[in-house]
Amino acid sequence: MAENQTPILSVRDLKTYFFPDEGTVKAVDGASFDLYPRKTLGIVGESGCGKSVTARSILRIVERPGRIVGGAILLRRDSGNGRGTEVDLTQFDPESREMRQIRGGDIGLIFQEPMTSFSPVHTIGNQIVETIRLHQDVSEQQGRRKAIEMLHLVGVPKPERRIDEYAFQLSGGLRQRAMIAMALACGPRILIADEPTTALDVTTQAQILDLLRHLQEREGMTIILITHNLGVVAEMCDQVVVMYLGRVVEQGPVDAIFHAPKHPYTQALLRSIPSIHATVRTELPTIAGSIPHPYNRPTGCPFHPRCPDFMPGTCDRSEPGLHPAGENQDVSCFLYHPA
Amino acid sequence: MSLGTSVRLLDVKGLQKFFPIRKGFLKREAGQVRAVDDVSFHVDKGETLSLVGESGCGKTTTARCILRAITPTAGQILFRSEDGPVVDVASLPKSRLRPLRRQMQMIFQDPFSSLNPRRTLFDIVAEPLAANDVGTRQERVNRVAELLRLVGLRPEYMRRYPHAFSGGQRQRIGIARALALNPSLIVADEPVSALDVSVQAQILNLMLKLQAQLGLTYLLVAHDLSVVKHVSDRVAVMYVGKIVEMTDTQRLFTAPKHPYTEALLSAVPKPDPRLRAQRIVLEGEVADAANPPSGCYFHPRCRYAVDACRQETPRLEEVQPGHFVSCHRARELTLRGVGQ
Ligand SMILES: Nc1ncnc2c1ncn2[C@@H]1O[C@H](COP(=O)(O)OP(=O)(O)OP(=O)(O)O)[C@@H](O)[C@H]1O
Ligand SMILES: Nc1ncnc2c1ncn2[C@@H]1O[C@H](COP(=O)(O)OP(=O)(O)O)[C@@H](O)[C@H]1O
Ligand code: SF4
Ligand code: SF4
Ligand SMILES: [Mg+2]
Ligand SMILES: [Mg+2]
Repeated sequence: MAENQTPILSVRDLKTYFFPDEGTVKAVDGASFDLYPRKTLGIVGESGCGKSVTARSILRIVERPGRIVGGAILLRRDSGNGRGTEVDLTQFDPESREMRQIRGGDIGLIFQEPMTSFSPVHTIGNQIVETIRLHQDVSEQQGRRKAIEMLHLVGVPKPERRIDEYAFQLSGGLRQRAMIAMALACGPRILIADEPTTALDVTTQAQILDLLRHLQEREGMTIILITHNLGVVAEMCDQVVVMYLGRVVEQGPVDAIFHAPKHPYTQALLRSIPSIHATVRTELPTIAGSIPHPYNRPTGCPFHPRCPDFMPGTCDRSEPGLHPAGENQDVSCFLYHPA
Repeated sequence: MSLGTSVRLLDVKGLQKFFPIRKGFLKREAGQVRAVDDVSFHVDKGETLSLVGESGCGKTTTARCILRAITPTAGQILFRSEDGPVVDVASLPKSRLRPLRRQMQMIFQDPFSSLNPRRTLFDIVAEPLAANDVGTRQERVNRVAELLRLVGLRPEYMRRYPHAFSGGQRQRIGIARALALNPSLIVADEPVSALDVSVQAQILNLMLKLQAQLGLTYLLVAHDLSVVKHVSDRVAVMYVGKIVEMTDTQRLFTAPKHPYTEALLSAVPKPDPRLRAQRIVLEGEVADAANPPSGCYFHPRCRYAVDACRQETPRLEEVQPGHFVSCHRARELTLRGVGQ
């Protein structure tokens, strides 16, 4: 199992806050998890829980007025002969040469909306070539050949023609493939996919997920898959991290998360999703209340105002930490660890 | 479910909507997008019919024709209006549409851009009342309070602006506005696809509750089949402007008869890692509605295609009572649905 391997990336007590004029938003507030080589880690949770900010923190592209205020992001690189070196990404300047090498070189990123990550005034080919030449010392010609090869790899038909098209000329599915090609152009070992299929049809989604799986097998990639679609997580991931209000509330192997969820939030989330296996025309159980506004973080356990298992005097007083509960599963809840 | 005594609220017959493709300097017509091409279905009072299919297959265009937001190219849209008579919405002159518009309302996909940020909840929800000169100011205030309560919002909120509300709450506001004039038909185009998972459930439950309480009829446009299963009585699957399969929800999900429906069902990610399916991954893209393939439009992507499929266009036929399929091989194929 993953346990006897060394993680390729470890996030430790990460805190990324935003400081707009109105107050502080603790977008990520003490998140920790490990990423193992050649595995797919899913990060799930309702919108605003800090999934994207976690991804952006790893790549050091958190925009102002946000910044990492605490914790560590340890990236391990193999320096041959089984020995590795470890760097803490939080220690680099976001604009440093090292960070620019790591972005795209070690870690690739694909977003939900490929339209916004391609410039409308350059062809997709130019942008992919530019990315390649940022990381590798190759000629324009060689870069172009490599770009065509990448587009071919991700299943863009007639890549030698498509390479000279603009993003808006491509369908949603092709655009997403082109973005994957750009993210993979420099052979990153880690791919972060932030809602990569949320804007797509189920059929196109199935194609893209299939593509990611094949690329993982072929290239031995490690994937962080961020999504609020629990079906996608069940199909793709080995490990799952469940976030709520900037914290990891539960994590474990995918089977345990779906078949033996421990945290009341994970349980509620799983119950509330519309399922294709449901009985026709039935009400869905819902999670009480709604996510609190980021300025009004509840005291104690952040989930307590919505929790069916709330224990007055305990859950609203102190904050539970993330501790082991069962094999390979961690949970942050007083039901499992007395205050 | 439709009972023996069901009333047909909407009867769409042979609906077509073609859009011209203009090219070049003179914007000469260079062809047509057959966005909706010979679509027929009905919706009974109190039921929910869902239109599903991939992006661009003509779902929204069908919905917009029914609301006469656009004028259809051909076909009939027979609507039973409140006072009894059946009218053809497709051919009604614009001047006579107004009273009908009160009876058909729309819920939009994007709760963020569909509400004017500079108007209060009262202004937004009362807007259809004001536009139709319904009630005095005080009556409108009372009606808005009642509507907000109905959709699960506090009446005190009516003085606030939409930016203070979450996506789910904004969708509730949109629903309250749609209900203001007591419509009989609600057309909902992707009402939950922009919402968070946990909020989707709340809005779907609200739609079910309102339907039971007010006897509403829904025409739902959605591409998420899990959502569709939770709220529909019947489902029509569209592919490149045509209905390829239509039947009651249970049957469509458990015993589909069109290869495209089978592929759509199989593509839905199942929220259970033990069911990691041998999925049917449909290769290629949806056919171009301006230049569809010969024969059955689905044949280039169909794993069951035979020679006849490349030449002859199948017709939508009733292969079992209430089960319509447009496939040459509908009677011989045994396709895989999803279990309970
Ligand atoms: N005003 C228009 N002019 C030209 N073509 C149009 C117009 N509106 C829609 N179309 C075309 O008609 C076809 C059907 O579009 P429609 O919006 O109905 O699809 P849809 O099923 O609602 O898709 P989606 O799931 O993406 O919302 C598409 O090929 C679309 O490009
Ligand atoms: N640029 C920003 N300025 C202020 N707050 C932000 C910014 N970006 C994100 N946030 C806040 O950080 C929190 C986490 O956001 P995000 O990581 O995008 O959530 P998600 O889990 O949906 O990806 C939210 O409360 C969000 O409003
Ligand atoms: S700590 Fe208490 S409030 Fe928080 S999830 Fe556990 S039981 Fe619920
Ligand atoms: S008619 Fe032929 S190509 Fe079309 S769906 Fe049926 S089997 Fe497939
Ligand atoms: Mg996000
Ligand atoms: Mg649409």
